[in-house]
Amino acid sequence: MGKHSTAADGDRRSERAAQDAGGAPLRSVRGKAPAEGPLALDRLIHERLRLGILSALAVNDSLSFNDLKKLMQTTDGNLSVHARKLEEANYIACTKSFAGRVPRTEYSITPPGRRALERYLDHMEALIRATRER
Amino acid sequence: MPRVIPFRNKRAEPPEMQARAMDNLRFIRETMERAATFTAVSGWGEVVIGVTAVGAAVIASQQAAPAAWLATWLAEAGIAAGISVASMAIKSHAANMPLISGPIRKLVLSFSPSMVVGAVLTAVLVHRGMQGLLPGIWMLLYGAGVVTAGSYSVRIVPVMGAAFMLTGVAALIAAPAWATGLLMAGFGGVHIIFGVLIARRHGG
Repeated sequence: MGKHSTAADGDRRSERAAQDAGGAPLRSVRGKAPAEGPLALDRLIHERLRLGILSALAVNDSLSFNDLKKLMQTTDGNLSVHARKLEEANYIACTKSFAGRVPRTEYSITPPGRRALERYLDHMEALIRATRER
Repeated sequence: MPRVIPFRNKRAEPPEMQARAMDNLRFIRETMERAATFTAVSGWGEVVIGVTAVGAAVIASQQAAPAAWLATWLAEAGIAAGISVASMAIKSHAANMPLISGPIRKLVLSFSPSMVVGAVLTAVLVHRGMQGLLPGIWMLLYGAGVVTAGSYSVRIVPVMGAAFMLTGVAALIAAPAWATGLLMAGFGGVHIIFGVLIARRHGG
């Protein structure tokens, strides 16, 4: 088994983690953003790498594929799979261009992506508050 | 048939939920800190520092005693440090960012060694009567500190540091009569020009 986890491994892990964290039941993530209440756990960004991508893009206008790869310390394949899922959900936008002859892929967070990250932060804070109040 | 004992609760215990949520929040914060370039350097703060440096240069140039000249610049250093911290705090607060974050800690740690060296060299050179070297050495060390600290910041900050270093080199090789003018150009002019650029391009 390779050093790096696959997207499917990540999804399975995040599903378990979300259930452990007392979150809402999880749904399929293939390109779908959650359509439920503000505190429904967004499985799409609960996975660590996808959460990292959104967090990094939230504080930058845009980041290149290589910047994100370096930042998240992951492989090309893993990053592209997770980035595509976020792109399909319209959480991030991808722009492809050429710098001279070198292809360049830039990612930026979209307004729905920013709102999803804010919802996720609210969810985590609500979980902490709820646990403290018990 | 042996009784099946579940080894794990279906739902996590509250402390575990809290720990996971806190771990997620920590991960988000750390990722954002790593990904963000430090933008709390206040351009307008740099402009104000530049203006006070021009004032200090004018006052220092009117001092006959070397001790009074030195005291003027040391006072200016203190004023500039205060303006810098206050303006960074204002900008961070306006951007809803904590002032004491990872990038700011790195910036302060990178900047401090040059300032400590500058303080030691100032004391040694004054003690040995080599005060004429101070303008060049101050600007070189200040510039070196800005270049290293600026590696955690937006690109313009290390470029500003390089401008200070160039002015410092000029002050070291120029005639002593140029010292005040170069101090005014460096601590005054460079701060004002780059301050305006930082303020325009990086949110104040």
